[in-house]
Amino acid sequence: MYELTGVTKRYRRGKDTVRALDGVDLAIPDGGRLVIQGPTGGGKSTLLQMLGGLDRPSEGAVVLDGVDLATLPEARLTRVRAEKIGFVFQGFNLVPTLTAQENVETALVPLGLKAAERRERAGEALVSVGLGERRGHLPGELSGGQQQRVAIARALVKRPAVLLADEPTGNLDESMRDEIMELLEGLWEENGLTFVMVTHDSVLARRAPRVATIRKGRVTIREQVVGAA
Amino acid sequence: MFFTYLRRELRRRRKAALVVASGLALGIALVIVVNSVSAGMNRAQGRVLESLYGLGTDMTVTKAAAPPEEGATVKRPRFRFDAKGGDDDARQSQDIVMVQGFETLAASTVARVAGQDGVADAVGGLNVRVMKVDGQFKPGEFKQEPGEVKRGGPAAGEVRGGGADFDVDSYSVYGTDVAHQGLGPLTSSKITSGRTFAAGETSAAVAVVDSAYAKEKKLKVGGTLTVSGSKLTIVGIATADSGDAAADVYLPLARAQTLADAKGKITTVYVKATDSQRIAGVKDTIQKNISGTTVTTSADLAQTVSGSLSTASDLAAGVGKWLSIVVLVAAFLVAGLLTSSAVSRRVREFGTLKALGWKSRRVTGQVAGEALVNGLIGGALGIGIGLAGAWAITAFSPTLTAQLGAGGGGGAGAGGGGRMLVGGPGGPGGPMSDGASRALDIALTAPVSLTTIGLAVALAVAGGLIAGGFGGWRASRLRPADALRRVE
Ligand SMILES: Nc1ncnc2c1ncn2[C@@H]1O[C@H](COP(=O)(O)OP(=O)(O)OP(=O)(O)O)[C@@H](O)[C@H]1O
Ligand SMILES: [Mg+2]
Repeated sequence: MYELTGVTKRYRRGKDTVRALDGVDLAIPDGGRLVIQGPTGGGKSTLLQMLGGLDRPSEGAVVLDGVDLATLPEARLTRVRAEKIGFVFQGFNLVPTLTAQENVETALVPLGLKAAERRERAGEALVSVGLGERRGHLPGELSGGQQQRVAIARALVKRPAVLLADEPTGNLDESMRDEIMELLEGLWEENGLTFVMVTHDSVLARRAPRVATIRKGRVTIREQVVGAA
Repeated sequence: MFFTYLRRELRRRRKAALVVASGLALGIALVIVVNSVSAGMNRAQGRVLESLYGLGTDMTVTKAAAPPEEGATVKRPRFRFDAKGGDDDARQSQDIVMVQGFETLAASTVARVAGQDGVADAVGGLNVRVMKVDGQFKPGEFKQEPGEVKRGGPAAGEVRGGGADFDVDSYSVYGTDVAHQGLGPLTSSKITSGRTFAAGETSAAVAVVDSAYAKEKKLKVGGTLTVSGSKLTIVGIATADSGDAAADVYLPLARAQTLADAKGKITTVYVKATDSQRIAGVKDTIQKNISGTTVTTSADLAQTVSGSLSTASDLAAGVGKWLSIVVLVAAFLVAGLLTSSAVSRRVREFGTLKALGWKSRRVTGQVAGEALVNGLIGGALGIGIGLAGAWAITAFSPTLTAQLGAGGGGGAGAGGGGRMLVGGPGGPGGPMSDGASRALDIALTAPVSLTTIGLAVALAVAGGLIAGGFGGWRASRLRPADALRRVE
């Protein structure tokens, strides 16, 4: 359960200050699904960073399950990221020198699991995204869609409460896009995740029950009936 | 995961790793070569000094230089030959036996030196030079030009064809204390034929001849050598370790003293100190307590070494040292900057790991670990190249010449020409007490010591740590939000 109140994020650029988020109030229930839309530079990625504890707001509170990420000490924030939050990026962000299997394992490193258990869970995660046969491959040897599947496996292998995705299909063609979306939706349903996704794609936005639109750091929420498309 | 990640990075980014490593390798190889060449130079100098001194000698005591007195006649050798009249063209031969440098100490000095604090052993010796002049005079003949008659004058004509035909042969003799053979010049030679002196042969008519001189003069064990009319039996042939002997002929001290008309006199006391670290102190003690002496340590003597050995040695100590320091510092900086820029290119990768919940320390450690291994690879490479370089120098062994005593022998010229005549530039009591200016050919080697290897390993680790420090510092400043940065 996310509760954001008065979240403001200012970036300083020389003399100018950019207000990427401007007093955002937002609540996302556990297991909820939210799509964030908006023009470029509107503050979508910034909001996702606040939700994921990748950065702290300049003002306001980002409360996840009763804990305010805005003021949490660094070590505990790191722990929250390691245990509760799975991230999927537009650019996949895989370590290019590690195999698919090892990339998935990197998410388990902070949990201090034994190597054998780590290997087993990473293997299972790869199977669940349909890449059981590709564990030994390097990212460079996989297609964009396959790389994003590895990234999804990496996000979910820790069994997080929250899945955050920043334009996960932005670098993929349409057929891949649908494939990845189906996978993500399936996993969301299966695991009871809180799922927040940033997208430019209005086709994808129409598939979500709740859409937040950010313009100049301000959020407007729109509820819609799924499947209306 | 640490090692898997490390291994993968090193294997898959081999080129970048190699650039960092080879920079360090160059610096470290240079340090090894410069260090080992320096060691080789020192060894070469040591051998030069050893050839004069013998093994184990820490310093020599000689008579102090006396300022030349006003109007003092220079002592110089004098040959007297009679040009006998008539058609006498018999060969004449004369040996002149002179004390080298013309300055002596009383033999009792040895005991006084031995009694000083810090002196472990002292032994006296007499350096002598023998000049053998051998040849004949030919009287001139009066010749008158045939057919040319001069009126009223004395018979015209001239003396033609007269002259002298003499060979001058000079060789050095060292009178050694046969009862005390553990110290002194003869210790740097090995007896390669026959035997050395027996302890009882204090004034026996026996000689040990240096192999080079023996070869030149075709002398053999059992043969005889005549010095100034006295017949000596050759009992042994000695070969100098360094290829350059301290003397051509070795005699028992008392015998040499008799021949040189220097009874109870010595030229040099060879001193061994109890502690090689206290040589300078012992030198001061002796000089203070026994007046009229000059003490020369091997360090003093080393300063008189000139020639290409000395030039190369200075070069190694100066240019070589600075060059290797500059290259090392540059290599360290380049390694640090390259590592740091490699981290900049991997901002998203490390940001992502932090976003995944990796502790900053773990990311920093990963970067530093990579850099450290790069440094160690560079070190190993550098040690390999350095050893190969040192080996090549030793295998090729360029020849250097060492000039001893020339230039550095303070007061060498003071004694005047008489001494130059016998080839001894060492003035009285000058550092070169036993005379002749020597030019030695020394093959340069580059021995690599364990200390040098240890230094190289330490430098490799230091290089790795510096590179790791740069990279780790850079990585520690990355934020998890950098996972979303649009780089590359
Ligand atoms: N690290 C930063 N430093 C300075 N300004 C920043 C930084 N990150 C974002 N901004 C600014 O904040 C604003 C919001 O950026 P953000 O990345 O959230 O936009 P976005 O909605 O994700 O845009 P896009 O659709 O292009 O991804 C922009 O004006 C951007 O320039
Ligand atoms: Mg964005």
